[in-house]
Amino acid sequence: MNIPNDIAITPEMVEAHGLKEDEYQRIIDLIGREPSFTELGIFSAMWNEHCSYKSSKKWLRTLPTDGPQVIQGPGENAGVVDIGDGDCVVFKMESHNHPSYIEPYQGAATGVGGILRDVFTMGARPIAAMNALRFGEPEHPKTRHLVSGVVAGVGGYGNAFGVPTVGGEVQFDARYNGNCLVNAFAAGLAKTDAIFYSKAEGVGLPVVYLGAKTGRDGVGGATMASAEFDESIEEKRPTVQVGDPFTEKCLLEACLELMASGAVIAIQDMGAAGLTCSAVEMGAKGGLGIELDLDKVPVREDRMSAYEMMLSESQERMLMVLRPELEADAEAIFRKWGLDFAIVGKTTDDLRFRVFHQKDEVANLPIRELGDEAPEYDRPWRETGLYSPLPADQIAEPEDYGEALLKVLGSPNNASKRWVYEQYDTLIQANTLQIPGGDAGVVRVDGHPAKALAFSSDVTPRYCEADPYEGGKQAVAECWRNLTATGALPLAATDNLNFGNPERPEIMGQFVKAIEGIGEACSALGFPIVSGNVSLYNETNGEAILPTPTIAGVGLIADWANMARIGGAKDGDVVVLFGGDGAHLGQSAYMRDCLDQTDGPPPPVDLAIERRNGDFIRSAIGNGQFSSCHDISDGGLAICLAEMAIASDKGMNIDISEYDGPLHAQLFGEDQARYVATVPADLANFVCLNAEGAGIPFRRIGTVTGQELKVGDLLSLPVSQLRTVHESWFPSYMEG
Amino acid sequence: MKSAVLLLPGLNRDRDMIAALTKISGAPPVTVWQTETEIPDVDLIVVPGGFSYGDYLRCGAIAARMPVMEAVREKAAAGVRVLGVCNGFQILLEAGLLPGALMRNASLKFVCKEVSLEVANAQTCFTSQYEAGQVIRCPVAHHDGNYYSDAETLARLEDSGRVVFRYANGSNPNGSMNDIAGIINESGNVLGMMPHPEDLIEPAHGGEDGAGLFRAALDIAA
Repeated sequence: MNIPNDIAITPEMVEAHGLKEDEYQRIIDLIGREPSFTELGIFSAMWNEHCSYKSSKKWLRTLPTDGPQVIQGPGENAGVVDIGDGDCVVFKMESHNHPSYIEPYQGAATGVGGILRDVFTMGARPIAAMNALRFGEPEHPKTRHLVSGVVAGVGGYGNAFGVPTVGGEVQFDARYNGNCLVNAFAAGLAKTDAIFYSKAEGVGLPVVYLGAKTGRDGVGGATMASAEFDESIEEKRPTVQVGDPFTEKCLLEACLELMASGAVIAIQDMGAAGLTCSAVEMGAKGGLGIELDLDKVPVREDRMSAYEMMLSESQERMLMVLRPELEADAEAIFRKWGLDFAIVGKTTDDLRFRVFHQKDEVANLPIRELGDEAPEYDRPWRETGLYSPLPADQIAEPEDYGEALLKVLGSPNNASKRWVYEQYDTLIQANTLQIPGGDAGVVRVDGHPAKALAFSSDVTPRYCEADPYEGGKQAVAECWRNLTATGALPLAATDNLNFGNPERPEIMGQFVKAIEGIGEACSALGFPIVSGNVSLYNETNGEAILPTPTIAGVGLIADWANMARIGGAKDGDVVVLFGGDGAHLGQSAYMRDCLDQTDGPPPPVDLAIERRNGDFIRSAIGNGQFSSCHDISDGGLAICLAEMAIASDKGMNIDISEYDGPLHAQLFGEDQARYVATVPADLANFVCLNAEGAGIPFRRIGTVTGQELKVGDLLSLPVSQLRTVHESWFPSYMEG
Repeated sequence: MKSAVLLLPGLNRDRDMIAALTKISGAPPVTVWQTETEIPDVDLIVVPGGFSYGDYLRCGAIAARMPVMEAVREKAAAGVRVLGVCNGFQILLEAGLLPGALMRNASLKFVCKEVSLEVANAQTCFTSQYEAGQVIRCPVAHHDGNYYSDAETLARLEDSGRVVFRYANGSNPNGSMNDIAGIINESGNVLGMMPHPEDLIEPAHGGEDGAGLFRAALDIAA
């Protein structure tokens, strides 16, 4: 691209940059003249949906983000939460949906790379990763290719970088046929007195470029992520970046070494919109101007224009403001790791963002306004219609309960994800206590004898589609519940809000109501949102994805010796259902997998009950009263018991004859705030008395025994058969 | 006994290895950076796992040509014990300290899981705390662990008891010939293995099966 910087800007060029007519007028009003071509690029990068949150900001402000444990909420590279003893956990989740659909391996890999960088930019060493992946229906011709590419990309980057992937989600639905979702989460550990921020301080200080060289990859990537897809997406392949986990690993070590040296004043990674976004952010936050000399930027391609350099999304790059007296030490550290180190500019006191290229000033813009004056929309929205109540007795019972259980257990969405997570290094760093396959991934806190952190990522998009408000609540509640089921105290969460085109009122309505539900649940559960990301325009040819507000949470386990697992039940243990019976079948996996129906409202979440039940379960686990524990979610009690039986390699003799409601609702109902635990026989009376005292509904439903899961005379299945059915769908699907 | 761990850019199980050696021997190992040409006086040199130099070109190929590997070769020739785990094993092969090659896994996919390992030779300085034929648990995490050698080399390894670890109970995760998971050199002081004993040495790991290898290599009584 060799467009001269002083070319006259045409309406076509404005449109090609994803800017609306009135947005362009706003630029002219702001700077009092037509922008240069590079400036147009800078505005498009700063003002697209991905960077400016222009459609979502109004609503994001309503989310609870505070708490005594919160050190840093949204607005930095990642959220920071205190875990005591001078340690903190730094985490965030971010989407890489559009690039992953176009180029699954690199799209997913650079998604992982980007989120890891967000975490170590703040001074934290990454200790855990998760990935929430959503694909189209298995039968769709692109699905298998996307699954295999995305999983290989996630593994390829995370494994080489050296972070254990301890959790995530993999789901399928036809509504993702044209837009897969790749939401990458990372968490790191830092000292509370050594957290690094992006706010530049001091005038005339060197602005330093670190890491990999700049190429043309990703030019315009953030703008692409802010548009819908159509048939022309193949042409967008060149806007997908290429990841280099080796360089990122070196960058991690060099950054941590540099931070320890005391040389860093401010640091910002180059993510979306690369050099533009990072420089503007550092200056604007610090109330400073930034001057960049692009001739100093390390490049790996010839004849790059200023426009391309400013918009490149080449990976594994950082921008820092350094103490001038430690510049030489800093450079030595980067050279040792074989990375580029270049002084590319300085901080100024004029609040301008000035960019020079080959001695010409190619951009001169007001730095604060680039971010602060970005358009903000209060987009029209309307609530979607809700389903009328659907009592369980209006839903067909299975003819054969055993067959129904196997059908749900082996369905694409409920089948074991072993095929996926065995391609991820789940053990590296030697701190992993629970790998994927249970309620939450758990890693111990390095350097502490007893503490551990639990991680879970959750959302039930079909619930959100049926009722965005209840679905939003449920996503938070389920994440909180999964952490609780290991014995962890949920601390805080990050959200990754994936929706369709916000310019459509019904999509905007889903977004608004989901946020309302998320906010309410976070407040009620004391589970603030400390970081996050919004991904809109997930539509192809006018069809939107299911509303998918992914919630990834972090919990603290005081002593991992007492944590609970999904497996570990012993013969003779009593099986206890906590939180009440199953009654709600609307939007259930049973209806989807066995009846091929989507109907009814999703199960409502009573947040007070959620909290009460969870607090009871956590305390029982902390007191060592359960031999295993699992929450009840997709597929209800039946799937919960089957998964526990498989994980423990033990049978169970279950009797629900005391229950007088519809049996299919008891077994497959997805009522919320419920758990199953196995309790050593000598503790069972004590635990049940405690539950009674705490007002927690409970029911002794059986004992751990033999090698079969038996439920009265409804079903009797060998654990080995359950395992085979649960484990076989994924590998056989991928083998085609 | 003292140990040293090689540090090369891109290795990432160095921290696991350092933690294991520290825990088992009570003292942290010396670390040796890629550009160093001498290795201090130690009794055990460990080349840990990871993706040295991104595993670009070929796993371990660039690492094997770094100056520090010349020093490892000299120490090995002088009888110092050398252990290469995962990428470390690949590096020792590329450096010519062990015979054969490690190809891409038969599945063509990265694999991280627990496998069963048979101690095929319990009379080495690394395995003396295990029984011959004992089956231990051990995790693997690699993309290129499919051991291959020509028939003559394979026969020589097998005939002289130089296959030290073998995947057992049908748990071969990568298609290795003869289920080979680890081999030793002719003098018995250089061991290369794909599995990660350093990730299974304490109760938090869910088992301590890997600890015996480090205790033996460091002459620490069981």
